[in-house]
Formats: sequence, structure tokens, C-alpha cells
Amino acid sequence: MDLFEYQGKQFFKQFGMPVSDGGVAFTVQEAVDAAERLGTPVMVKAQVHTGGRGKAGGVKFAATIEDVQEHATNILGLDINGHIVQRLWIEKASDISEEYYVSFTLDRSAKQHLGMLSAEGGVEIETVAVENPDAISKIHVNPAVGLTREAAQAWVDGANLNPVAVEGAVDIAMQLYDAYVQGDADLVEINPLILTPDNRVHVLDAKVTLDSNSVFRHEEYAEFDETQPRDEREEAAHGKGLQYVGLEGSVGVIANGAGLAMSTVDVVNQVGGKPANFLDIGGGANADVMAGALEVINNDPEVKSIFINIFGGITRGEEVANGIIEALNRVDIDAPIIIRLDGTNADEGRQILQPALNDKLMMEPTMLDAAKKAVELAKGADT
Amino acid sequence: MSIFVDSNTKVIYQGLTGSQGRYYGLLNRDYGTQVVGGTNPKKAGEDVEGIPIFANCAEAVEATGATASCIFIPAPGVYSAVMDAAAGGIKFIVCITEGVPAHDEATFYNELKAQHPDVQLLGPNCPGVISPGQCNIGITAGHIAKAGGPVGIVSRSGTLTYQALYELQQKDIGVTTCVGIGGDPVPGTSFIDCLAAFEADPETQAVMMIGEIGGSAEEEAADFIKNHMTKPVSSYVAGVTAPPGKKMGHAGAIVSGGKGTADAKMEALRDAGVKVGLNPTEAGELMAEIVASL
Repeated sequence: MDLFEYQGKQFFKQFGMPVSDGGVAFTVQEAVDAAERLGTPVMVKAQVHTGGRGKAGGVKFAATIEDVQEHATNILGLDINGHIVQRLWIEKASDISEEYYVSFTLDRSAKQHLGMLSAEGGVEIETVAVENPDAISKIHVNPAVGLTREAAQAWVDGANLNPVAVEGAVDIAMQLYDAYVQGDADLVEINPLILTPDNRVHVLDAKVTLDSNSVFRHEEYAEFDETQPRDEREEAAHGKGLQYVGLEGSVGVIANGAGLAMSTVDVVNQVGGKPANFLDIGGGANADVMAGALEVINNDPEVKSIFINIFGGITRGEEVANGIIEALNRVDIDAPIIIRLDGTNADEGRQILQPALNDKLMMEPTMLDAAKKAVELAKGADT
Repeated sequence: MSIFVDSNTKVIYQGLTGSQGRYYGLLNRDYGTQVVGGTNPKKAGEDVEGIPIFANCAEAVEATGATASCIFIPAPGVYSAVMDAAAGGIKFIVCITEGVPAHDEATFYNELKAQHPDVQLLGPNCPGVISPGQCNIGITAGHIAKAGGPVGIVSRSGTLTYQALYELQQKDIGVTTCVGIGGDPVPGTSFIDCLAAFEADPETQAVMMIGEIGGSAEEEAADFIKNHMTKPVSSYVAGVTAPPGKKMGHAGAIVSGGKGTADAKMEALRDAGVKVGLNPTEAGELMAEIVASL
């Protein structure tokens, strides 16, 4: 779950980190109102779940209210890497002496948390890592132990920041770690963390990704879930509790299990087709879930054929087949469907499907054959 | 022979009184697994179809001599369940539950390492482990696996594991043990743990490894295969065409910052001498070729 910058700053503020005063605006008038309340100069910042806002013209300095009006007009509706700007964050402008970088994330190889701190902020950390790896001070934190102030001090010392920034940076490092752990974050990143001319260390940007598996102990995260970027199809699937990722192609994909669903998308590509989506309906394949999945796929106007790829494990082939038949009775499907059913009692399942087969409902013996058929039908529909 | 579990393994089901725990616990018992107890602090003294329920793992271990446990507790209770098992004397913990927060996983992984270094955790978010014909712990359909070897299987994905077992069964190839390590960011048991165990197991003569996008576990496994394994390996990596930045069903299956792509993983595996198939069927066929040449 990705947070907008302003949500991230409000999140950081709860842990005592110094962030700028600001206001959210959905319209030019709201932007002007916020700026009048804050007093100019302010920054007008696009709130989107993607990087590269500055380069795209989504972050502007406004010295006057007229500037705010002009920038807000230009930025609202702007397309940044396919994300349309719908909200702005208006915040008091800060004077900057130096720009740093600090973050925490999980190092999956080390199975520990990894903190990164650099005196070279304001640019992408991946770039620093390639061009000047020594400029990044790293710390591994054992989650069972936590971050001590001594360890944080040594970590900050290793980054060679301006000496006047060290104490403030250690404070923020400790607070950032608290936010990361207590907030169940996958990533917390401040880029840039700034040193002001009056020697304060201040949070100028916030990138936060929260672990959606942790919502059972963070009820307040429901608000962030609502602002996740999803296209219409993804929104519909999310509402039905389905694991769905929208893609650009014409072959709708339904499979049981994340691995098999990924594999199905791969195979469609391998035989020259373009999958319209990734959709995992979970280990079983009952009629309710299957009907929901078919509805989501059927509402995608790009879909020209549908490939249902089911491997029966504990769920037996006949149950899967009955589920498919029942789902088809409930949902009116336009595109032809190709089924591959394998695994436990696959023969029994195929026998149940057999009488229902026609030129809109086909069955193929293997995953590869079914993918070829689905792709052929999708291409045929285009011409 | 097999790795991790065999016909002598006695298993406690943590959450046996819940619907999932009961369903799979009984199914595993029908398969032949020695399901000797369950735990539930509120139902100690009761039983599930003759399987006694204990208040915690310590009591269950004392009464039954169990060495393994299988967790079907909902995600919020998994941290406590794992630590209860380790403190109670369980040496092999299988956690089926999905949706466990990554911070919990990272914490109990490190606490186990520090306080209970002899305990091995499998999962969370995994299908479990099966040594066909001997012991099945978890949610794998036992009858799709042919017993006896010579192939060992290790996989990050549930359904692709079943697919692999099934394809080998169709080709009349047996399996010593099939381990699903799960698709989460901090799996208790890694590819390398399984590869090392298969390398040491005299009956396993070849290994099939199924990976997926995200993290660098496949690259680390490739390095291990290159330097420490004598037995042949076939492999498949799911998610070749997955778009960056999107979680593909599993919490750990995500390409981020250009890292964790299937292409990089397949390249590393090929470089280590692994026969890499472009889909599960092809990986199965490659394994059949390997077995025929043994």
C-alpha cells in the first residue's frame, strides 16, 4: 500500500518527525485557500504514486498567490507516467542548505532491516548506489533486537554529514525506525532530508509503503487503501477480494494459485499472445469465486478470449467443473472461453464439461495447447 | 529416505480445532501422517476425531513425543504460535497461514535463530512438505505424488508444486520429498536449506526447483548449486512477463527497482548448470530426461 507524500508526512509527524505545514487541495481554489492560510512562499506539489514528479513539472515554487493559481491550474490533470494528478499538496517553502537521503526497508537476503543514509540526497538512491556506492552508509538492524541510539549514532557518523546535522539526523533516524516498525512499513524513505540555513534537519519528502498484511492491527489504514491507484478493472476485482493485476492485452486469464496464474500469463506471452490480466482465484475454484472472476474479466472491453487454467489439488476436478458450469449460468460471457483442467480427478471434471462444450466454450488437454487456442481466438477476433 | 519428515515424524496441529486445521489435519492423518495431537488453550482435554487437544505445544510434546508441528492459526496469532512451538520443544515447524505481516516474519525468524538455533521453520504462506508414502504435512493433495524417488522438489509456489508433482507422476517418476517454501518475503526455510538437504540425502538423485519473481533467493540458490551440488537440477521461474512494481498474488513476488526479474534468475540458474524450462511442463520434461540418464 503506497501512501501519497502528504499522507506519509502526516504518518511521520505522529512519530515526532519535523515536517512542513501544508494542506491538501483537489481544486485550484482549495490550493489558493491553503496558500493563503500558510502564507507564501509555498511549494505546489502533485500527489501521485510514481516517481519523477519534479522532472514532469509536477513540483513548483510559488512566490505569490498568483503563482499558486497558475501552478495549481497547470499541475491538476497533468499526466505523470500515466498517473493523472487529482490532488495537490501545498506546503510552506523551505530554505535548503544541504540535501540528504535516509530510508529503512527489509533486506530479504539478510532477513534483517536495512537502513541507508547518504549525504548525497535529492537524487535517486539507485543512481548513488551505482555511481558512488561509498557515499551510502548502511546499517543492518536485527528485528528481534531493534535500533539502539549508539548504533544509530555510528551509522550517521559513517555518512559524513555536515557536523551540525548529526544530532538532528540521529533523532530522525530513531523516529524513522519507530515509524517503520510500529507502522508495519515495507519502506520508509525521506529524499531529501534537508539541512536548513539555520541548521535544522527537516523532512522535505516522504515515501511510505505499508504492508497490507498488517491491516488487522492498523484499522486506520483503510483510508490509505481507498487511495491506491487502481484502474476500473482492478477496483472491481479488489471489491470482490480477488488477486488481480491489470495488463494491456486481449487474453483474459483466470488461474488457481499465484504461481500458476503467473505461469499462465507467461505461457500466453510465449505463444505470441498478450494477456489482459493476472488473476489468481486461490487454491480452490468454487462457483462463487469463478463467477466473480468471470464478471471482472467480462467487463474488460479489450478481452477477446478467456483462458481458464485450473489445477485440481485438494479441490477435485468434478467440483471445479461444476463450479465453472454454475458460474457460466450466472454470468453472460461474450468472449470464447478455453479451459484447461488438470490434476485430481481431471477426467471426471472433463466429462462434466464435455456436454457443455461449443464454439464459445472449449477445452484443451494441456496448458500450452490451451494458451495457443486462446491466443488464436483473440487474434481472430481482431481481424 | 527423504528430507525433513518421514514415517516416524509425529506432528502436532496448532489450530486443529479450527475449520482449516481440522480439515487438513484429518486429511493428513488419512494419508498416513502421525497426527498425534492438536493445541488450543481453551479446549485442552477435548479431542478431534480421537486426536487429543492440549493447551500448548510443551504439554503436547511431553505427552506425545512429537517433533513437528503444523500451524493453521490465523495471521494475527502466528507469531505467538511459532514461539509456543519452539519453546515447547518442537524442532520442525510448518506454517501454512498466509497474510502474516513481514515484520512479524522477520522478527520470529531472528528470534528462532538466536534462542532456538536447532529449530527449523517452513513457511509461512506455504503448502507444507510431503515425503510421498510416508508423511504429508500441510495442504498438498497426497495422491498426486508418486512415492520413492529419485527426485526431490522445492518450490516457492503451491499450485506449481502440485503441477510439478503431477507431471512427474504422469511420467511415473517418484519423489523423495517435496517442499513448498512459500511465497513470502522472509521464508523460514530457503531454497539453499532444501538443496543442501537433498544433496545429503542418498535416495535423492536429482532436484526440481521452482522459483518466481522477487527477491534474490533463486540467484543465491544458483550460487549454491554451482559451488556445492553434485546432483543435477532442473528449474522453472514463474513471472517472466510480470510488470514491475506489482505484487503478483504472493507478498514476495514483486519486481522492484529492476531487481528480482525472472530473466536474471534464469540466467543465474543456467550459469550454474541448471536445466531451465520456460514453463512447468518443459521443466518436467527436462527432469524426465535427467532421470532417464541417471
